[in-house]
Amino acid sequence: MRLGKAALLGVAIAAAGLTVAASAQAQNEQFIPGLVYRTGAYAPNGIPFANGVADYYALVNERDGGINGVKILYEECDTGYATDRGVECYERLKNKGPTGAAYFNPLSTGITFALTEKAPVDKIPIISMGYGRSESRDGSVFQWNFPLLGTYWSAADIIMQHIGLKEGGFDKLKGKKIALVYHDSPYGKEPIALLEQRAKMHGFEFMPLPVTHPGVEQKATWLQIRQKRPDYVLLWGWGIMNSTAIKEAVAVGYPREKIFGVWWSGAEPDVRPAEGGAKGYQAAMLQHGAGQFGVHAALKKYLYDKGKGVAKWEETDEVLYNRGLVNAMLGVESIRTAMKKYGNKPMTGEQVRWGIEHLDLSAARLKELGFEGMLQPLKVTCADHEGTRAGRIQQWDGKKWVVVSDWYQSDDKVIKPMVDAAAKKYAAEKKLPVRDCSKES
Amino acid sequence: MLGPFLETLIGGLLTGVLYSLVALGFVLIFKASGVFNFAQGAMVLFAALTVARLTDEIDGKALGLEHFVIAAAILGAALALIAWYAWREYVARGSGPDQRRKLALLAAGGALIGGVVAFAYGKGAWPLWLALAATASIMGLLAYAIERLVLRHLVNQEGIILFMATLGIANFLDGFGQTLWGSDIYTINLGLPKNPIFLFEEVFPGGLLVDPAELFAAGIAAVLVIVLAVFFQKTRVGRALRAVADDHAAAQSVGIPLNTIWLIVWTVAGLVALAAGVIWGAKLGVQFSISLIALKALPVLILGGFTSVPGAIIGGLIIGAGEKLSEIFLAPILVQAFDLAGGGIENWFAYMLALVFLLFRPQGLFGERIIERV
Repeated sequence: MRLGKAALLGVAIAAAGLTVAASAQAQNEQFIPGLVYRTGAYAPNGIPFANGVADYYALVNERDGGINGVKILYEECDTGYATDRGVECYERLKNKGPTGAAYFNPLSTGITFALTEKAPVDKIPIISMGYGRSESRDGSVFQWNFPLLGTYWSAADIIMQHIGLKEGGFDKLKGKKIALVYHDSPYGKEPIALLEQRAKMHGFEFMPLPVTHPGVEQKATWLQIRQKRPDYVLLWGWGIMNSTAIKEAVAVGYPREKIFGVWWSGAEPDVRPAEGGAKGYQAAMLQHGAGQFGVHAALKKYLYDKGKGVAKWEETDEVLYNRGLVNAMLGVESIRTAMKKYGNKPMTGEQVRWGIEHLDLSAARLKELGFEGMLQPLKVTCADHEGTRAGRIQQWDGKKWVVVSDWYQSDDKVIKPMVDAAAKKYAAEKKLPVRDCSKES
Repeated sequence: MLGPFLETLIGGLLTGVLYSLVALGFVLIFKASGVFNFAQGAMVLFAALTVARLTDEIDGKALGLEHFVIAAAILGAALALIAWYAWREYVARGSGPDQRRKLALLAAGGALIGGVVAFAYGKGAWPLWLALAATASIMGLLAYAIERLVLRHLVNQEGIILFMATLGIANFLDGFGQTLWGSDIYTINLGLPKNPIFLFEEVFPGGLLVDPAELFAAGIAAVLVIVLAVFFQKTRVGRALRAVADDHAAAQSVGIPLNTIWLIVWTVAGLVALAAGVIWGAKLGVQFSISLIALKALPVLILGGFTSVPGAIIGGLIIGAGEKLSEIFLAPILVQAFDLAGGGIENWFAYMLALVFLLFRPQGLFGERIIERV
């Protein structure tokens, strides 16, 4: 027994020593947390995204020795896409590293909603790339939220523009029926406001059809679609809900060419399980699509040739892996932007927030980073936390995603008044101070 | 109006049969041991994952050789165990040659068969029949492990303790299955027709839509129910199972081995899980969410009674039809009448339906009436 206690004491001392050594070494590290889901119902979509993020940080460390000499310290926490676990992960990771968490990517609209109230208190920015609250692009109210590259209102608007173009003009939508099959969660409900607005403007009938988590039971939904025969179906699903929706569409004989998914319903795990049935299905693109670009050559040279990549090499051209790369790159470049003002040392969340708000990626810089062909230039400002709202439409040809449209820009004449109204309402409800963006530099 | 109503009813009934399949596994174990097996959903997922991964041939995502070797080794070991068990029975009845040598020989034989299988199919996907056989063996072994490692140590404990133990098994299986086989969406191809059938097209505009895959699933479920009914009523083991269910102590006193009975019951429940997993997997793709289907079996059990095989079937049909009809016809009325925010009602409606039934029949539709004297 005494021996056991002595051994325990030894272990404790050794552990304490290691911790001291580790923290001494960690002084020049930038801590970045990763809220991921590699297990649970949404893992098929969570894994490739998490792999892309992890690989990009590893690439920056391997190739450049970190961001301007500051190494990235990255730690994952598995949320299982559950909001409560997401908040728990946030609390556990927010103070890690010499300067705390640089920013959070919640990868869940539910978790983003929950963290939106915590972020201003802890002074940690939230990058919700392609998801989250649509009105949070208004930086005068949502100082700490950055729905970079596009909100759900932008996504829905881009799909509606594409449908309008196919029909020969928005006026041709009068009398048509457009259904929305959505994940019954904050995520799935986001586009409803925009679609209702568009329905009012163009006189089409809007049919919202909820699907409960995790979305494996959709028979009732698709029987309704069969009975009411909408002209188009928009799909706002995630994880297995997407492939199930396509399978049910096959089962009721609804043409896949008339189904349009959001960019979270347009990756390989969404269509592959439906096999041949998914052919013809279309989805919006969060700018980038599948395929390999300049950055992949660097990944091969610095990680995969050395056996250091997290994914399998042949999976690194998939949509969600690429999205992980883009997400990580935007974070790293924001930190780099912040360092220009505050110096080459680990940044605090507050400094990173300034960096994101002044992020300005030109075409030349994107090319330099290896993201040419994946992204269009973007510039974030105090008033516009989205940075850009461009998108395209892609179609699954049975084997791969093919880009089938030109670039669309979501229509700010429709969206901006909605954002202003919603943000104003939020600020009043939460009694938040509103910044005057014209006075910000 | 009649057309859509009938179509929804048929779709709901067929989905209900699939719920019944999962509920059956619960009923079997509860009937024979009084344990509410929370791990049934996890067993469905585990079985489906195993079949899907052994038959997997999606390009670029094929399994490594080691998985096939492990599966083949398990298949061989299971064969060896069965042979050993049969041999021991034989030896017990009459005198025979040295048992140990025979055991070693048989185990080696089983391993050899496993090795041959691994070699023959190691480089690619297994044919469905072989994957099913291997998975059935694995489910048998799993039942053995559960009985040996968990249940045996908990004999004579409260029901709630056993229930908690199955909670642990459920979490273990969920995690272990995904660690071993991965958590992507995998497919099981039974070669079922995917395009819908339309009935009575001359009576209803557009006809009544029926999903052929679900019809097939309903057929399998019907066969399973008949087999299980015969098994329970006509065979010696079945009678022993019923005796154990009625009274553990009395059954043991007349020489029915409790441990063997539990092993058999868990194996049968494992096989039912396999059937449910393969059918659900073929319909939805195999992924973690399959284990959540078990939650759909709960209202079925509440409604049908925990101890009745026909109850699980009828309960499944009522829940399946009830939730689909409510989602399509009741939800819009509720939303309009009470100015609700909207949202799917089928998930909670199934439970409400079951609770309403409980008000009138606390033991469920076909459950045994509990009379206890104080």
